Amino acid sequence: MTLAPDHKPTFADLTLGERLGKAMPVLLVPILVVLGFIAIGVPSSWLTLTVSGLAMGMMIFIMASGLTLVFGLMDVINFGHGAFISVGAFVGVSVLIALGDWTGAASLLLNMSAISLAVLAAMAVTGALGWGFERVIVKPVYGAHLKQILVTVGGLIVIEQLIHVIWGPDEIFINRPEMLKGAVTFAGAAMEKYRLLAVGIGLVLFIAMRMVLRRTKIGLIVRAGVENGPMVEALGYRLRLVFIGVFVAGSALAGLGGVMWGLYQEVITAGMGEEMMVLVFIVAIIGGLGSVEGAFIGALLVGLLQNYVAFLEPKLALVSNIALMTAILMWRPQGMLPVVKAK
Amino acid sequence: MIIKLLSGDQPRSAILTGLLLVILVCLAGAPFIFDGVRPLDTAARICIFILLAASYDLLLGYGGIVSFAHTMFFGLGAYGVALASTHLGRGFDALLVGSLSGALAAVVLALLIGLFSLRVRAIFFAMITLAVASAVAVLVSQFSSLTGGEDGLTYKIPRVLTSANRVGEFMGTRITGKVLNYYLVFGASLVLFLLLLRIVNSPFGRVLQAIRENDFRAEAIGYRVIWYRTTATCLSAAVAALAGSLFAIWLRYVGPDTTLSFEIMLDILLMVVIGGMGTMYGAVIGATLFILAQTYLQNLMGGASEATASLPLVPDLLNPDRWLMWLGILFILSVYFFPTGIVGRLRERRAS
Repeated sequence: MTLAPDHKPTFADLTLGERLGKAMPVLLVPILVVLGFIAIGVPSSWLTLTVSGLAMGMMIFIMASGLTLVFGLMDVINFGHGAFISVGAFVGVSVLIALGDWTGAASLLLNMSAISLAVLAAMAVTGALGWGFERVIVKPVYGAHLKQILVTVGGLIVIEQLIHVIWGPDEIFINRPEMLKGAVTFAGAAMEKYRLLAVGIGLVLFIAMRMVLRRTKIGLIVRAGVENGPMVEALGYRLRLVFIGVFVAGSALAGLGGVMWGLYQEVITAGMGEEMMVLVFIVAIIGGLGSVEGAFIGALLVGLLQNYVAFLEPKLALVSNIALMTAILMWRPQGMLPVVKAK
Repeated sequence: MIIKLLSGDQPRSAILTGLLLVILVCLAGAPFIFDGVRPLDTAARICIFILLAASYDLLLGYGGIVSFAHTMFFGLGAYGVALASTHLGRGFDALLVGSLSGALAAVVLALLIGLFSLRVRAIFFAMITLAVASAVAVLVSQFSSLTGGEDGLTYKIPRVLTSANRVGEFMGTRITGKVLNYYLVFGASLVLFLLLLRIVNSPFGRVLQAIRENDFRAEAIGYRVIWYRTTATCLSAAVAALAGSLFAIWLRYVGPDTTLSFEIMLDILLMVVIGGMGTMYGAVIGATLFILAQTYLQNLMGGASEATASLPLVPDLLNPDRWLMWLGILFILSVYFFPTGIVGRLRERRAS
C-alpha cells in the first residue's frame, strides 16, 4: 500500500475585491451618508437630514422585521401586515388622547409613561389581532403563495374598513407629548427630539432582536427554521408554534411601528398602513427576504436616501426608493443579504 | 363559426351559456333596451371592466402571477389618450396616437418590471409591482403641469362621438354621438376579449397554464419560464392600456382616482376571483356582477342602514361607504370555499 500523495490543501486568501464584496452591504450605509454630505454641502442641514433619515429608517425597520422573519420562517407572504400598522397607530393614538393630561404636562416622566402605555396597548392589540389573523386567514392557505397574497389582501381590506367603522372615516390629528416637542440644536443643526428618541428605540430594538436571535435557544430554533424547516421539525421542535410566536411578535412590532409613525407624522389615517407597506416591501426585498440584518440595512438606506433626495429634488423622493431597489436587484438579485435555504 | 370565434373554448355549462348570452344581448342592445344616461354609462363601464378583468385573468388565472400594477397600465392608456387629445387637438388621429403610445409605454414598463422581478422569484413580482404602481401614482399627482395632478384632465373628443352629434332615430331611440361612442367601446372590447380568448387557447396559453401548475417541470421540459411569464405580462399590460384608452374616450376625463387608485386594483382582483380565475368567462360574469352591485347595491345598503338606525353598530356596518368591507369578506370566503369562482362552480355542476 502506498502512502497517500503528499499534498497540502491551502485556502486561497480572499482578494481585496472579494472582501469588499462581502462587507459591501454593511458599508453601503456609511457610503451613502458620505455621499449625502458631498451632495448637500452644508454640514448643519446634512446632520438634520441624516438624523431624520435614520429615524425614518428605524421606524421602517421595526415594521419590516416581522414581515421578513415570517416569510423566512414559513414562506408566508403577508400583504395584511400593513393593517397591523394602522391598527397599532389608532389604538396607540386613542390611548394618548385619553391620557391628554399626561401628555400635556411638562413632565418627562408623565409623558414617557403615557407613550409607554400607548405602545403597550397598541402592541397588545396588534399582537392579539395577529394571532387571530394567523388562525383565521393565513393558516388555511399554507404553501400556496397565490392564495396567500389574495387572502391577506382581503384581510387588509376588511381590517382597514373596520377601522373606519370603529374610529370613523376621518383622519385623526395628534400632538406629540409636551417634552418631545421642539428640537435640540447641536453644532448649528436642529434635530427634533422625537426623531432622536425614534433612533434610540430603533437601535435598542435591533440590538435586542439580534441578541435574541443569536444568543438564545428560541433564536437558534428560529434561525435554524429559516434555514431548514423540515430538519428542525425532524429534531422534534414544533415549528408551527414557533411560527405563531414569530407572527404575533411581528404583528406587535408592526403595531409599535404604527404608533411611532403616527407620532412622527402627527396625523393618522386608516390607509397609512397600506402606504407604509410599499416601503416595507422595498426594504424586505433589498435586504433579502427572511434576513433581519438585511432589513435593518435596507431600512436605513431607504430612510436616508429618501431624506437626502427630498432635500435635493423633492419630486423624486419616492422614485428614489424604486431606483435604489432596481440598483440593488441588479447587483444582487436575491437582495443584499439573502437567506441561504438548504433545500 | 361561433365556436371558431370563441377559439374552441365553449362555456361548458348551460346556465353559464345562458348568463353570457343575456349579458351579451343586454350590452349589445343597451342604448335601445334601457332608457336614460345612467344605464348606458353602466353598460359602457361593464364593457371596459370586462376587458380589464379579462386581461388581468390572463396574468392571474392563466399565468399564476399576482400583479398590483394593472391599474398603472390602465392609467397609462387613459393618460395617453388624454395627453394626445390635449396637445394634438380633438380628432381621431389624437385618439389613435394616444392609445398606441399608451399601450407601447405599458408594454415597455411591463417588460422592464418583468425582467427585473420574474427572473428571481415570481413572488417578488407582486411586491415590486405594488411599489412601482404607487410610485407612478405619486408621480402623476405631483407632475401637475403635465397631468393635471389630483384634478386630472378634461379634454375634447371628436364631435362625432359626443351627444351634440344627432344622427337620427332608430326603433324609437334617438341616435346621438354618445350611442356611437358606446358602440366603439362595445366593439373594441368585444374584439379584444375574443383576441384574449384566442391567446389563452393557443399553444402559448397552454404553456402558461403548465407553468402555473408547476414551473419547475415546465422549465425542465424545455420552456423558458421567464420568457413566457414576461410575454404574458406584456400582453396583459397592452390590453389593460387599451381598456384604459377606451375608458378615457368614454369619460372624456382622466384623473388619478378613476384610473390609478389602489381601490380599482382591488376591484379588478375581486372581479376575477369571484367570477372564476383562469376561465376568461369568469371575468365577464365577475365584472358584470361587480359593476351592477357597485351601481345599485350601494343604494340598497343605504336603505338597510337607515332601517336599522336604532340598533348600535349595525348601521355603521351597513353604511354604503363600508361596502368594500363586505366585498373583502366575500373575497376571502370565495378564495377559501370557491377557489374556482362562479364559472368553476357552474362547470362542476355539469360534470357531476
